[in-house]
Amino acid sequence: MSAAMIAIYIFVLSCFIGYYVIWGVTPALHTPLMAVTNAISAIVIVGAILVAGQEGASEWVSILGFVAVFLASINIFGGFVVTTRMLAMFKKK
Amino acid sequence: MALSSDFFAGCYLVATIFFIFGLKGLASPRTAVRGNYSAMLGMLIAVVVTMFHPDVKAYGWILAGLGLGAVVGTLIALRIQMTNMPQLVAILHSFVGLAAVLVAFGTYLEHAAHGEVNSVMLVELAAGSFIGAITFTGSLIAFGKLQALLNSAPLLLPGRHLLNILLALAMLGFTVDFVMNQHLYSFVALSGTALALGFLLVLPIGGGDMPVIVSMLNSYSGWAATATGFTLGNNLLVTTGALVGSSGAILSFVMCKAMNRSILSVILGGFGETGGDSTAAQAAGKGVKSASAEDAAFVMENSSKVIVVPGYGMAVAQAQHAVKEMYEALQEKGIEVKFAIHPVAGRMPGHMNVLLAESEIPYDVIFEMDEVNSEFSSADSVLVIGANDVVNPAAKTDKSSPLYGMPILDAYKAKHVFVNKRSMKAGYAGVDNALFYMDNCSLVFGDAKSVVEAFVKSLRGTGH
Repeated sequence: MSAAMIAIYIFVLSCFIGYYVIWGVTPALHTPLMAVTNAISAIVIVGAILVAGQEGASEWVSILGFVAVFLASINIFGGFVVTTRMLAMFKKK
Repeated sequence: MALSSDFFAGCYLVATIFFIFGLKGLASPRTAVRGNYSAMLGMLIAVVVTMFHPDVKAYGWILAGLGLGAVVGTLIALRIQMTNMPQLVAILHSFVGLAAVLVAFGTYLEHAAHGEVNSVMLVELAAGSFIGAITFTGSLIAFGKLQALLNSAPLLLPGRHLLNILLALAMLGFTVDFVMNQHLYSFVALSGTALALGFLLVLPIGGGDMPVIVSMLNSYSGWAATATGFTLGNNLLVTTGALVGSSGAILSFVMCKAMNRSILSVILGGFGETGGDSTAAQAAGKGVKSASAEDAAFVMENSSKVIVVPGYGMAVAQAQHAVKEMYEALQEKGIEVKFAIHPVAGRMPGHMNVLLAESEIPYDVIFEMDEVNSEFSSADSVLVIGANDVVNPAAKTDKSSPLYGMPILDAYKAKHVFVNKRSMKAGYAGVDNALFYMDNCSLVFGDAKSVVEAFVKSLRGTGH
């Protein structure tokens, strides 16, 4: 099996996991769910780091990488912090 | 120190597991906080481990980007008002989209410089870039509409479907050229076309359809991460993107169902022309009763059970804290108060729940449509605050209504219904509300916040 085929397997199975896990989420927490998935989708930062961390790459590539890391980082911190704020409000009084 | 590729794959697997537990935690408010920490831990592992990747040799740009992003992201998240959550989520989606485009370009330039490209990779790069680009501009437009920078009414360009199809074909053409001939200009052109498509796809969509669109863009941002993962041969991105992608897709589905509309009709846009504006005086002419805040408060005070139906109007007026006070005032008088939330109330899934939670109304008095619908008939009064279409009985009875078939909150079954509205303007769907003409319904005109504050004043005041 080629690497691309393995990735497709992993992708399809992950969709199934996502499907079952997300249906378990209570509708009251749909907004925090979006904020958390938002933070998690910033996982593209892994790709951004690989681009920004190249040694001897052209300036342009480094700058592309830098902006990508910056944007993804806003997402990670923004998404998790705002989720923390929201969930604190849902705590039972 | 050279770490094997299996080491990275192993760590990424651990990160994935933490993400799954994170999402699982959101099943209940009790486990949600732990879930959030679990997801944070997964992200921390992913970022730190990637720093040790053999291809990562220069740290200056990375640390600068991370640090700046951390400051900006944290500041925004701490300052944002809860009523503005939909905007925040939309703008954050756009960042993920743009980041995916930049990563695709950076990866291409880097690999092309070393002659390490093949056609599979080029297809993946093209996919990563165009999904990212559509997410980016689509989310920007959604943000503009939610933030009222743009008119939230649908903007319908003539021949837009044809234009979209032509753009999609052009994008396909550029993609083929890019994959076959590796022209950088085709890569730029296909991404540019995708940017234009993102704009055009969201512009015709009206404000009330935003819960679907925000969920859909959430989904796209996940697929963008997945496509990037395919390019980089990184399974962490593939799995995580798939989790986010399916989450957004499910939310879009739930929202569409709650509106009884097909996802296709939402995407094609154009729903919800703004209705004509008329005043309370005209309302009387149409056989609608209006009541003063004092009258409504008097009736509520003499009820044993009150159900409150909040909608987008409550968010716009920032009335949630006043609603909390009213809740307390009613409770002190021994009146049972429940909140009924329609799935598409507000501008994003769960919008009302967050606002009520912010005002510290306990979540065990807040109910979803299916849980509470049977109780309206036993309620003495129902107070509808800034909601309209979701309580329109025409959705059940009038086959000619555009709302027909949409599940509604059965507010009309209560003994008394008070609807707070700013004017007689039709709801988002542009449909007249049959509820307003019913004998048990009175309208209380005014801004949601001042009306609810007036309720509290009468409830607390003299004590009848």
